[in-house]
Amino acid sequence: MTTPLKERLVQLEVLRYNPDTDTEAHFQRYEVVCQEEWVVLDALNKVKADIDPTLNYRWSCHMAVCGSCGMMINGEPKLSCHAFLRSYEGVIRVEPLAHFPIERDLVTAPDDFMEKLKRVKPYVISKQKKPIEEGEHKQTPAQLMKFRQYSMCINCMLCYAACPEYGLEPEFIGPAALTLAHRYNLDSRDGGRKERQEVAATLEGVWTCTFVGACSEVCPAHVDPASALQQMKITSSIDWIVEHLIPGGKS
Amino acid sequence: MSRKPLVRECPPTTWYFRQPRYLRYMSREITSIFIAAYCVLLVVGLQRLSQGPAAWEGFLLALRGPDSIVFHLLALTAAFYHATTWFNATQKAMPIQIGEGFVPGNIISGAHYAAWAVLSVAILFLAGVF
Amino acid sequence: METITTDVAIIGAGGAGLRAAIALAETAPQLRIALISKVYPMRSHTCAAEGGAAGVIKPDDSFDLHFDDTVGGGDWLSDQDCVEYFIHEAPKELLQLEHWGCPWNREADGSVAVRPFGGMKKKRTWFAADKSGFHILHTLFQTSLQFPTITRFDEYYALDLLVDDGRCQGVTAMEMRSGELRQFHARAVIIAGGGAGRMFPFSTNGAIKTGDGMAMAYRAGAPLKDMEFVQYHPTGLPNTGSLLTEACRGEGGVLVNKHGRRYLQDYGMGPETPLGQPQLKTMELGPRDRVSQAYWHELQKGNTVTTQWGECVLLDMRHLGEKKINERLPLVRELADAYLGVDIVKDAVPIRPVVHYMMGGISTNTAAATPLPGLFAAGECACVSLNGANRLGSNSLVELLVFGRRAALSAIEHIADLPAPNAAALKVGADATAKRIGELFSGSDGTESMSGLRKEMQDTMEKNVGIYRTEAGLQEGVAKIHELRQRYRKVKLTDKSSVFNTDLFQVLELGSMLDCAEAVTVGALARKESRGAHQRLDYVERDDRNFLRHTMVHHQGLDMPRVDYLDVVITKSPPGVRDYSGDHK
Repeated sequence: MTTPLKERLVQLEVLRYNPDTDTEAHFQRYEVVCQEEWVVLDALNKVKADIDPTLNYRWSCHMAVCGSCGMMINGEPKLSCHAFLRSYEGVIRVEPLAHFPIERDLVTAPDDFMEKLKRVKPYVISKQKKPIEEGEHKQTPAQLMKFRQYSMCINCMLCYAACPEYGLEPEFIGPAALTLAHRYNLDSRDGGRKERQEVAATLEGVWTCTFVGACSEVCPAHVDPASALQQMKITSSIDWIVEHLIPGGKS
Repeated sequence: MSRKPLVRECPPTTWYFRQPRYLRYMSREITSIFIAAYCVLLVVGLQRLSQGPAAWEGFLLALRGPDSIVFHLLALTAAFYHATTWFNATQKAMPIQIGEGFVPGNIISGAHYAAWAVLSVAILFLAGVF
Repeated sequence: METITTDVAIIGAGGAGLRAAIALAETAPQLRIALISKVYPMRSHTCAAEGGAAGVIKPDDSFDLHFDDTVGGGDWLSDQDCVEYFIHEAPKELLQLEHWGCPWNREADGSVAVRPFGGMKKKRTWFAADKSGFHILHTLFQTSLQFPTITRFDEYYALDLLVDDGRCQGVTAMEMRSGELRQFHARAVIIAGGGAGRMFPFSTNGAIKTGDGMAMAYRAGAPLKDMEFVQYHPTGLPNTGSLLTEACRGEGGVLVNKHGRRYLQDYGMGPETPLGQPQLKTMELGPRDRVSQAYWHELQKGNTVTTQWGECVLLDMRHLGEKKINERLPLVRELADAYLGVDIVKDAVPIRPVVHYMMGGISTNTAAATPLPGLFAAGECACVSLNGANRLGSNSLVELLVFGRRAALSAIEHIADLPAPNAAALKVGADATAKRIGELFSGSDGTESMSGLRKEMQDTMEKNVGIYRTEAGLQEGVAKIHELRQRYRKVKLTDKSSVFNTDLFQVLELGSMLDCAEAVTVGALARKESRGAHQRLDYVERDDRNFLRHTMVHHQGLDMPRVDYLDVVITKSPPGVRDYSGDHK
């Protein structure tokens, strides 16, 4: 257990873009000695501290929960704090998250995601307001488990970078935001599904999704947004059938 | 100097070469062409049937040709692949919760495969294969 | 410089900042709220809290017990009026979160579940698996989206407070994506900027925890209180410093040395409890200061396990079984597996103490008000004197909520009859900020490297202000940090670009950390006693005669800070003996 840590010379190829001076993005090569057990973020931090202070990227927690450090690593959306050097051979290519405008280097503008998140009303819309003095809403472990997985989203936006539909049709509300709508729809304390469906069960909503499934494959929090969207399509379809095909039915 | 965000477009016609998973997705989507073509073939068959026994016999004869057999094999493969992806998706679209746990996904998908097999056998039986 | 006029400016959009914003929006919907943060709200470090949040809810518990645990856990340095207010507000705040949708774990009957936590006599820690902070943060953030009066300024780096007429009336900030400066004019300012753990090299804290809020208030004339009390969490991963929650031990995990002995029994936390039957407030459920200190003693005795990441002890959770681990500690399992390659179901995981939390911070009273009128503070950046000399695990997540809300209410009260800020007078402060930043860009004589200074600071803090401290070490620490502050004036800004210049922000963050580090070292040197997280090898006893007082450190520009003291508020619990021997006695 006391063998010394293995070191390794890592080659990074990082996409650089500085709006002050550049009209195009270009790759820059860095060589940096790393420990074998490090993650790509550690390598970037070493580059920034020792080689090039002008390299820019976001990061904070280094434990895959704050969602800051999403990047394309060898073309795959990854949290760089959870992308282990041991999984890569040769030159590691690091780019900003796909499908978002690049502000600078690896820093993208998440404005579109933030706006969409707000649109799906990701908060409890109470069926009936309950005063705090009356205590908690009873929610059984089974009721909790119904939505818990979908509450795990860390808003890292890897799913947006993986989703070709979002890349091609930027109006698509997208996996994470729709999944959070679903999370509240499934919560026993919530009564806001109808309001959310006005946004979610639309052409910009779940019906843009063609179930590529890439969102779920790249999700670092195992949220499985693809499943949430397929479930929402089913409820949306049932709503339509009730409204249009059942006499007197009103969803 | 200030902001000048750089937008990198998603290439509209070649994006699916970027990732193996996109190619898998496209291959799944392409199966629908064969399924649509097979539907057209069925409609043509109905039309021939309505045109009398001679037309129908001609249609059946054409079906026995090598081109037709190749097409049917391709369409069957496509249908099989499409059905597989569909049934595999059912566990995501239709989770079944029992108490705090969920029924394992392969049971949900497996049930669909089983239903598929039973229905196929039933249809083959009705068609007089057995 | 563009001016943004608002009513209340909140700096920091983590748990405390968001709670304050929501309280303002709900209570005073006529007020404009500017929520300023250097990161998007969901990136705030509240998300990394794992174990849970304490509040009296079960019939076998009582406010008095929560009071006693908190005051004793804090080694009697907590202000008892503050603790009293806190314990009564705690359950209300946790219920409020429940109403907002927080996915708390539940009992079979649907009521909220609680788990045991270190230093607590009863089970009273509400939890959402081992992602409690994450769920609290996201619940607050998502809830905040429904209030139109909250205007977020995401990725704005706050620089200096604007003070006029003896009142804090705004703040300057840089929009990070454009590099443009803005001044916010406000009738009240709430700082909720988090802790400063990054001044140490080995910390559970995220990169953003650089004490900017503390330093900003400190430079503006608000004193920092009790900064020498730095909490080491006993169980961090030895390589990345990632936190393995106290819930590991709450659920029954045990700490053993290289001989397999549960060594905590040798440090006043015994006798040993049966394996898999954790007993409250003893052994592995002792308070964090004591458990971390026990590691240090084991290290001196040569009882630690030598690993490739240094000297460790072992956290053994194997007896909990896979089912319980997956249900209660899924994140811990994932972290240990990913970063260390250890499956906690099959193996004990090597761990060592890691800097985790600042008990000290901007001095506030129970109303979350600082001595500077118009300035309020809440969360880890504040020292409201709830935690005293050692915070109990699961009190801080509630502190965010209770005092975030309280800061909002105090701000509303404060601005009731206040006139709008005097723009001309505030311009003086704003111009000073612009000059300071301008000089960083124009200065061509920068000779000190940012990362070099940062490394020297971190090494100094680890070497001289660790778990155990000495006069000589602290003197060296004070001198070194003071020297670094002088050298910082010559820091080199390599990147002179305008857009998202993280070189600039790291330089500014280093300035904040150096200010905080000086307050820590100076406070520690002056406190010649051992209390809670501040342990001196040369003054081993607690000294209530001379030091039952809060250290107040006042900024004096580039000179050494001035230190004075403030009495601790004692209402009903006179200083006594901290007893962690469980029910055995």
